[in-house]
Amino acid sequence: MGSKNGGFSVRGVRAWLEAPAASVAERGGKLNVLRGAVARVTTPLLPDDYLHLANPLWSARELRGRIVEVRKETADSATLVIQPGWGFDFTYQPGQYIGIGLLVDGRWHWRSYSLTCPPDWSVPGHGGKRLISIAVKAMPEGFLSSHLVSGVPVGTIVRLAAPQGGFVLTYPPPEKVLFLTAGSGITPVLSMLRAMDRREVFTDVAHLHSARTADDVMFGAELRALHDRHPGFRTRLHLTAEHGKFALADLDTEFPDWRERHTWACGPAGMLDEIEKHWRDAGRSDRLHVERFEIERSAVGEGGTVTFGKTGRTAEVDGATSLLEAGESVGVQMPFGCRMGICQTCVLTVSSGHVRDLRNGDERREGDKVQTCISVAAGDCTLDV
Amino acid sequence: MAITDIKAYAHLTAADIETLGQELDSIRRSVELSRGERDAKYIRRAIAAQRGLEVAGRAALFGSRNRWAWLAGTALLSVAKIIENMELGHNVSHGQWDWMNDPEIHSTSWEWDMTGPSSQWRRAHNYSHHTYTNVLGKDEDLGFGILRMTRDEPWRPIHLVQPLANLLLAATFEWGIALHDWSIEKELSGTPPRQLMSQPNREFGRKISRQVAKDYLLYPALTGPAFKQTLKANAMANLVRNLWAYAVIFCGHFPDGAEKFTVEQLENETPGEWYLRQMLGSANFQAGPAMAFMSGNLCYQIEHHLFPDLPSNRYPEIAVRVRELADKYDLPYTTGSLGKQYLLAFRTIHKLAIPDRFLKATADNAPETSSERKFAGITLPSLGGVTLPGAESTHWLRVDPETGKRRGLRSALHEAKVVLQEKARQEKEMLREAKAALKEKAEHERQLLHGAKLALQGRARQEQAALREKALWDKPFRFLRRAR
Repeated sequence: MGSKNGGFSVRGVRAWLEAPAASVAERGGKLNVLRGAVARVTTPLLPDDYLHLANPLWSARELRGRIVEVRKETADSATLVIQPGWGFDFTYQPGQYIGIGLLVDGRWHWRSYSLTCPPDWSVPGHGGKRLISIAVKAMPEGFLSSHLVSGVPVGTIVRLAAPQGGFVLTYPPPEKVLFLTAGSGITPVLSMLRAMDRREVFTDVAHLHSARTADDVMFGAELRALHDRHPGFRTRLHLTAEHGKFALADLDTEFPDWRERHTWACGPAGMLDEIEKHWRDAGRSDRLHVERFEIERSAVGEGGTVTFGKTGRTAEVDGATSLLEAGESVGVQMPFGCRMGICQTCVLTVSSGHVRDLRNGDERREGDKVQTCISVAAGDCTLDV
Repeated sequence: MAITDIKAYAHLTAADIETLGQELDSIRRSVELSRGERDAKYIRRAIAAQRGLEVAGRAALFGSRNRWAWLAGTALLSVAKIIENMELGHNVSHGQWDWMNDPEIHSTSWEWDMTGPSSQWRRAHNYSHHTYTNVLGKDEDLGFGILRMTRDEPWRPIHLVQPLANLLLAATFEWGIALHDWSIEKELSGTPPRQLMSQPNREFGRKISRQVAKDYLLYPALTGPAFKQTLKANAMANLVRNLWAYAVIFCGHFPDGAEKFTVEQLENETPGEWYLRQMLGSANFQAGPAMAFMSGNLCYQIEHHLFPDLPSNRYPEIAVRVRELADKYDLPYTTGSLGKQYLLAFRTIHKLAIPDRFLKATADNAPETSSERKFAGITLPSLGGVTLPGAESTHWLRVDPETGKRRGLRSALHEAKVVLQEKARQEKEMLREAKAALKEKAEHERQLLHGAKLALQGRARQEQAALREKALWDKPFRFLRRAR
């Protein structure tokens, strides 16, 4: 516990005391010293192992939150208001997304959703506590999104991952802004709009949102209210059921100055591909920010490219080659044991994409820990090794 | 020799074993498909209960200068440590609850309240032991490196202290396991033994120092004046847990009927044969729900070895289906009361402490382990006069033409027992007859001897009389001669 020069130092003692809790909470300040000190006594358990039995939000091993409100937005979308537990970092930037884990039938399911609230947000009625919100649109085959929109009760405890992502609005915002959104692609942009509203820094903001019908427009009333309050904000709806897909060639008539604007675009992959090409052709790629949110879908096909995140190596595999064999074939140091799915030595985390458990055909996805010896790639995927 | 050919030993064809494997796979699938909220609730409640017991025990020990508080605290802590060790630590580290995707109840993150680090235990236990169950030279759990548990291991003079080593292992079981796993970890990871600051060494040192400091320093210190009593209580709780864990573990693979295998069996082992090896190499003990819970459901050791990563609360229902399969394929299903199973293991420990020449059975035919050669040279009734072994002969055993029931290893073992018993009885009878004949002969000879003796005695008497007479006659003349 001494410092490097052999003597004792306050910092050395503090580091020693904090050590057991260091991996638990990144932030915590003085609390970490206390946590660490208690952990020295309760080893191998941590104070959290007891605390979260009393209140699930007191776990700092992992971020947790409680759903305090579920508000319907459209027929197939809803806003979830969540009160995060200990250790949540509220200094996120508008436009970032969070990971959220939800317990369904005894199993935690993990997804990412854009935050729709401005930073440091709170609303009356929740004891002045800081809250966060996300908006979820139910996808036809989306198991979890459907559950979130139509079945999750208030009071449910969820797991959270810290906000992240580079799709953020700079502050102060640029003089001229263009938002291009479609469907639930509006969610990160709404967070930006609400933040501008709160900070009273609305510049010249133009917004084009595509939705199938008027009923499918999320946050329509709020967009109108924002327009009423801030004359600098123009929002235009494009209903695809009536007019078809918005043609980028029409930008010149709709927003003649689009080349001068800093643009943030979020929506389906096809739309973003077109936008990227259009901006590239105009030589304006440096002013474009896009967010490719993953559409909740199930695994595609069999086999694919397996990327080994930490080593950066990749392997092309079929649907019968285990992830373990795939890694070994390209020289990645894979942990292994029995090679038959019983010993859990080879367990790794899927950081993106889908894999399939060969024994029962179950699909595993981003955030899941899988046994690489009995799992195969189901489309392109990345392993955290 | 232990079992080298599981097909011949099990009296099943390769196709039979494959079907058996498929049936076990379908049990696995149906349990996997039905895992859900009910199971998740079970483990969360078990964890909450264990934490509650531990906190209550620790709290009671604050008053441990009072004898009753000491007893209550020690008892609560012992039970908490047992549950933590058996139902939580063991099973979570097996990945039984990984399907929940909960980072707090996951095999990769769980650390248990024992001296050895969970990660080293996982490597030694989940990999070495569960993959190579009861294979001589591959499964280090076979006697934990210090006990001789099969005659396939040559006897050495050190084995004479086996009864003592057994007691020591039981009392310090967590330390035995910790050292055992530590050495296996170093061996499997190829860590040079002399490298002092190696990763396994540091991990091991950190864990044991924390455990020791917690139980024998920090918690006693927290109770201030009751330091000594709390320390004693903690030591006692660890001892109780050690003895219980030891007893449960020893009932898993060491009672008679839990077979051992040789590396030959491992070569080209099919998935079906792997399942079969787990079935034949493990032993259950009978337990009610409470004892099952306290043993971490390891009273269902056979089911645990077939499906080490299925949730422990499902083992009772799996056991029903595994028993049905054992009946269907006429395979043995080794079980008995906890006492009986432990005594069988205990007997083996003591028997094998002494050299083989003092033991009756052979390595092929010993009660604690047998091999396919056990059936050599004996004619089983169900074979209709065909003598085992022989690949063709197994067909005779497959289905009984009269009852339509499959005849396999269980019947063969039973019949072999009967045949061997009959053989032993006949030998005993022969021995008895031979003994009687010998006795008769001896009696006869004794009589002859007696007659001869009588005759000799008669003759001696006659000769004596003759001598006496002769002396009488001689006397006067001797006198005359002297006078002259």
